[in-house]
Amino acid sequence: MTTPAIDVRSVSKHFAGVRALTGVCLDLRPGEVHALVGENGAGKSTLIKLVTGVYRPDGGEVRYLGEPVAFAHPRDAQAAGISTIYQEVNLVPMRSVAGNLYLGREPTNRLGLIDFRRMRRDARTILAGYGITVDVRRRLGELGLGVQQMIAVARALSTDARVVVMDEPTSSLEPREVDLLLDVVALLRRRQVAVLYVTHKLDEVFRICDRVTVLRDGRLVHTGPVAGTTRLRLVATMLGRDTDQIRRHGTTTFSDPAVSDQRGRTTGIPEATGTPVLRADGLTRRPVLDGVSLDVHAGEVVGLAGLLGSGRTETAKAVFGADRLDAGAISVDGARARRWNPAAAIRGGIGMVPEDRKAEGIIGDLSVRDNIVLAALPRLTTAGFVSRRRQDEIVDTFVRRLRVKVSSPGQRVRELSGGNQQKVLLARMLCLSPRVLILDEPTRGIDVGAKAEIQSLISELAALGLGVLLISSELEEVVEGAGRVLVLRDGAVVGMLRGDDVSEDHIMRVIAQASGDGRPPRAPAAPRGGL
Amino acid sequence: MTAVENATAASAGPRAVTRLLWWRPDRAGTPVVLALVLVAGSLTFGGSFASGRNLGNIALDSSYLLLIATGMTFVILSGGIDLSVGSLLALSGVLTAYGSRWGTLAAVLLPLAVCGVIGLVNGLLIGRAGIAPFIVTLAALLFARGLAFAVADEGNTVHIIPADLALTQLGQARWLGLSAPVWFALAAFAAGVVVLNRTRFGQATFAVGDSQEAAELMGLPVARVRVLVYVLSALLTGIAGVLVAAQTQSGLPTIGEGRELEAIAAVVIGGTLLTGGAGTLGGTLAGVLLLKVIQNLINQVGTLTAYYQQVVSGTFLVVVVLIQSRLTRRRTR
Amino acid sequence: MADTLAARRARPDILGFLQAGGVYLAIAVLLAFNLAFTPHFATAANLRLQLVQVAPVAIVAIGMALVVASEGIDLSVGSTMAISAAVLPLYLGYGVWPAVAIALLAGAAVGAVNGSLVAFARMQPIIATLGTLVACRGLALVLADGRLTEMFDPVLGALGNDAVLGVPISVLLVLVVTGAAAVAVHRAAFGRRLLAVGGNHAAAALAGLPVKRTLVTVYVVSGVLAATAGVLSTARQGASDPSFVGLLIELSAITAVVVGGTPLSGGRVRIVGTLMGALLMQLITATVIQHDLPDSAARMLQAGIIIAAVYVQRGRSRA
Repeated sequence: MTTPAIDVRSVSKHFAGVRALTGVCLDLRPGEVHALVGENGAGKSTLIKLVTGVYRPDGGEVRYLGEPVAFAHPRDAQAAGISTIYQEVNLVPMRSVAGNLYLGREPTNRLGLIDFRRMRRDARTILAGYGITVDVRRRLGELGLGVQQMIAVARALSTDARVVVMDEPTSSLEPREVDLLLDVVALLRRRQVAVLYVTHKLDEVFRICDRVTVLRDGRLVHTGPVAGTTRLRLVATMLGRDTDQIRRHGTTTFSDPAVSDQRGRTTGIPEATGTPVLRADGLTRRPVLDGVSLDVHAGEVVGLAGLLGSGRTETAKAVFGADRLDAGAISVDGARARRWNPAAAIRGGIGMVPEDRKAEGIIGDLSVRDNIVLAALPRLTTAGFVSRRRQDEIVDTFVRRLRVKVSSPGQRVRELSGGNQQKVLLARMLCLSPRVLILDEPTRGIDVGAKAEIQSLISELAALGLGVLLISSELEEVVEGAGRVLVLRDGAVVGMLRGDDVSEDHIMRVIAQASGDGRPPRAPAAPRGGL
Repeated sequence: MTAVENATAASAGPRAVTRLLWWRPDRAGTPVVLALVLVAGSLTFGGSFASGRNLGNIALDSSYLLLIATGMTFVILSGGIDLSVGSLLALSGVLTAYGSRWGTLAAVLLPLAVCGVIGLVNGLLIGRAGIAPFIVTLAALLFARGLAFAVADEGNTVHIIPADLALTQLGQARWLGLSAPVWFALAAFAAGVVVLNRTRFGQATFAVGDSQEAAELMGLPVARVRVLVYVLSALLTGIAGVLVAAQTQSGLPTIGEGRELEAIAAVVIGGTLLTGGAGTLGGTLAGVLLLKVIQNLINQVGTLTAYYQQVVSGTFLVVVVLIQSRLTRRRTR
Repeated sequence: MADTLAARRARPDILGFLQAGGVYLAIAVLLAFNLAFTPHFATAANLRLQLVQVAPVAIVAIGMALVVASEGIDLSVGSTMAISAAVLPLYLGYGVWPAVAIALLAGAAVGAVNGSLVAFARMQPIIATLGTLVACRGLALVLADGRLTEMFDPVLGALGNDAVLGVPISVLLVLVVTGAAAVAVHRAAFGRRLLAVGGNHAAAALAGLPVKRTLVTVYVVSGVLAATAGVLSTARQGASDPSFVGLLIELSAITAVVVGGTPLSGGRVRIVGTLMGALLMQLITATVIQHDLPDSAARMLQAGIIIAAVYVQRGRSRA
C-alpha cells in the first residue's frame, strides 16, 4: 500500500477545556477523493485546521508524506503542498483576476519589479486550462461567485499542491458551476492529488468521492468506501440514530402524519382563498427584480424556488421593505401600504428571518434576551423604558418553546451554535405574533437536529394559521414544506406550482423552460463572469 | 482596473502617464478640481498667485505634506491609520536640531533612527500583537510629543542648527528654481509609486487592506506588511521633520499638531478608500496640492481671515468624500 | 458552549480581572501611591481641583463612549467646544441662560451635521467628523475673529467656580451626565437600540429599529455634551478662547473611553468605566506634576497606559 499523503494519527484538540476532537484518525491517499461529513460541531473544521496548519494538535500527530509535521502557519502548509479551498471565496475582491492568481508570487523582471505582462499572459493560460475565459485584468469582485471559486481552485492548484482540502466548496455555486468544479476534482484525482472533500451535500459524496469519513461529537464514527454504504446509513451515522427511525420520518421533518398527506405536504388547511394577508404586486428593483407578484394567505406555506441569483433573497427583502423599490406595491389584508419599511412591515404583522444569519441577523455581543426582544422593543417600551417583567416573560416562553440551548438568557448570542442562533432569530419574529413570516434559507448551515426541529416548527405554525413564505436553495425543503411554489428566474416569477404538481422534477423543468427554448437554464450569475 | 493595470499601462505608452497618476477616469475628480482651482486662482489673482515665487512657496509647503501623505497612503491602503505623524514630525525636527551638534550625519541619522524605531513599535503592536491601529498610533502620538518636549527641555530650549552645517545649506538650497525639500519629496513620491505598483510588497499592501483574512489564507506575509507600512510612514515623516528643521534651522516641539489629520484628508481627497485596498499615490499628490492651493488662495483674499482656510478645508473634505461615494455607488449599481 | 463559559468563569483569571477592573485597580494604586508619597495630595482643595479639571474631558468622554458604542467616532468634539465657547459671548447680552442655551444648540447643530453625514450620506464617521473638526474650529475662530474674549458675568463665573454642599457644580454636572447616560444605556430602549445598531447595523435595520434616527441622536448627544464642556471651560476661565479650548480633547476622550474598557468596534459600552478612564488619566498627570516630573513624562506614561489597557482587552475580544 502506498504511503498516505496525510496520515492523521489519533489527534485530540481541546478549546478552553472542551474537547473538540478525541483520538481521530484519518488517512488520505494520493489519487483519492475522501469525503469528510458530520453535523455542525462534529469537529470537521477543527480537523481541517489541524491538517492545514491553523491549529496544532494537543495529542496525537499529523504525518504528511510519511513524516510527522507541525506547521506553524497555513503558509507553511501551503508551501509544503497542502492547499485549501474555503467555503467562502477567500481572495481579494478589489484586485484583478491575474493579481489574485499570482498574489505573493508575481513574476518579476531583472530589476525585481513585477512583470505584469507576463503575469497576465500566464494567468490567461492557466485559466484556459480549466475552461475559464475571463478578462484577467478585471476586478475579481465584479465576477460571479462561481468564477471566483474556480479562480481560487486554480490558484491553489498552480502551487503544485499534493493535497487539496476543500471545505464545502460548492455551497455558493450554481448547479452548472458545481458540475464544473466536480470535473476539476476528478482531474485532480487523475493527477494523483489527494483531495479531502468536506461537504454537507450527500449528493456530492456519492457523485465524486471514493471513501467517506464521518465525525460525530469530535469522534470518528465511520470510515469506509462510499460504494459500500447508502445515503440513509450515512445520515443515520451522522445523527447517531437508527436507520429505521430516519426512514419513518423522511430526511426532512415538515410532515406530521396527522396533518399531511402521504407525500408529506401539509394539507391540514384547505386551498387558501379569500383576501391574502400579504400581497405583493409588480415588485421591481433593477436589475435584480422585475415585476414579482405574490400573495400569502393565512395558514399557507408558499415556497419560493429558483437558482442562486434568481432573485429569491431580493424578493424576500423587497416584500419586507428592506430595499428601496423602483416600482411595486405591498398590500396587507387587501389594503395598500403607503410607507413600507421593516418597521412598517413588523407593525403590519410581517416578520422576516434573513438569509445571512451572522451579517444581518444576530447581534453577537448582545445577550440572547436582548436579541429575542429586539424587534419587540417598541411594544415593551413605556416612556422610553423597557419593561423587564414582560421582556423576561417573552424570553422564557420562547427559549422553552423553541428549545434554545443556552446557559442563561444573559448569554451572548455569539457563543451559541448556528442552529440555536437561528432559533433565537425565529423567536425574535415569533414573539411579535406575526401573521406572515418570511423565512430565507431557514435551515442553511445548521446541524441536522436543529434543521429537523425548525422544519417541523414551520408546519406546526402554519397549521395554527401563520402564513409562511419559505425560501430555500434545497429543492427538497421547498417541495416537502410548501403547499404552493413560485419559481423565480432572472428576477421574475416564471411559474407557479400547486398541489400534486409540486415536485423537484417539476420545479427544475419550469426553471429550464423559462430560459426560453428548452435549453438548460443559463446561470444568472454566469454572464457577468463569462464562464 | 486597479493599480496593477495602471502600472502596466504606464510601461505601455504615453497615454498611460495620466492613468498611472489618476486612479480611474471616473475618480479623476480631484485632479480636475485642482486644475479648475488653479485656473480660477490665476484668473482672479493674476500675478500674485501665478507668480513663480508664490507657486514655489506652494510647492515647498506641499513637500512636507507630500512626504507624510505618501507614507500615510501605504498605511491607509493596508487598512490602517497613522495618527502619530504630526508628533513624529516635531520629534524628528527636535532631534535633528539636537543632533546637529555632532554634525550633519548625526543630525540626519538620529531622528530617522528614532522615528524608525517608533514606527517599528507601532507596526509590531498593530501587525503582531493585533491592537487597533487607531489606538496604537494615538498612543504613539502622545509618546512622540512627550519625547519631543523632553528633548527640548519642556519647550524651554530651542535647539539651533549651526548655519555653517552642510544640512542647513542643503535645507535652503534651490535647484532648478525649486527648494531642496520639494525635490526630496518628489523623489520619495516617485520611489513610493514604484514600490506600491511594481513590487510584491506593494501588491501585498493592497491585498491586506482589501481583505486581511483572505490575504492571510493566500499565504501573504500579512504581519510583515502591516509592520512595514508603519515603519515606512514613520521614516517618511522623519525625513519631512529633518527637512523642516533644516529649513528653519531649529527644532520646535510644538510643530505638526493636526498634521496627521491634514495628511489623512489629502489621502482621502485623493480617492483612496479609508477602509483600504484601493487607491493611488497619484490621487494623494493631487489631494496634497489641492489642500495647499486652497489654503494659499484663501490667504490671497485680503478680506478673509486665515481662519477661513480651516472652514474651507474641512467642508471640502466632506464634500469631496460625499461626491466620491455618490460616484462609486452609481457605478456599482 | 455553556460548559466552556462556566469553566472559564470558574477559573481565577488574572486577565479577566484586569479586563473588568483594570482601570479601578490602576486608580487605586495611584491613589495609594499619592496618599503615601505626595504631600498635600489628600487635601480637599487638591481633590476638588483634580475633579474640576477632569470635568470637561469626562463629559466629552461620556458622549464619545455613546458614539463609539454605535460603531462610530466623533473627532469634532474639541471644535464643538470651541464653537460653543465662541457663541457664548456673542449672546451674553440676552442673559446668561439664553446664551448657554444657544451654545448648546450650536453643539446640537454640529452633532446633527455629523449624524446626518453618517446616517444619511453613509459617510465613515472618522471622515465626517474629521471634516467638522477642521471646519468648526475655523468657524469658531471666524465667529470670535480669532480673539480671546473676557467675560465678567457673575452667574457664568458661579457656574465655573462655585460649589453646592462642597461639591463643585461642574463635578455635579459630571455625575448627572454619567448617571443619565448609564440609565439610558442600561435601562432605556434607547440604549438597546444603540447597542444593536453598533453591534450589527444591518440586523438592527431588519429588526425594524430606527437606525438612522438612533445614529443622528447619538451624535447630537455627543455634540450637546461637548458644547456643555465648552461652556464649563469658558465659565471656569472667565474667558472665551476659541483657539485653544478643547484642543486635542478628542484624543483624551477617546483614551478615556478605551482605557475604561469600551471596545472601539462598537456594540458594547462602559459608562462608569469611561468616567474612571478620564479620572485615571487626570490622576497620572497630577501625580507627575506634583512630583515635579516634566509634563512630557506624563504624556509618555499615558501612552503606555493606553497600550496596556487595550492589550489587556485584546485577550477578551479573542476569547
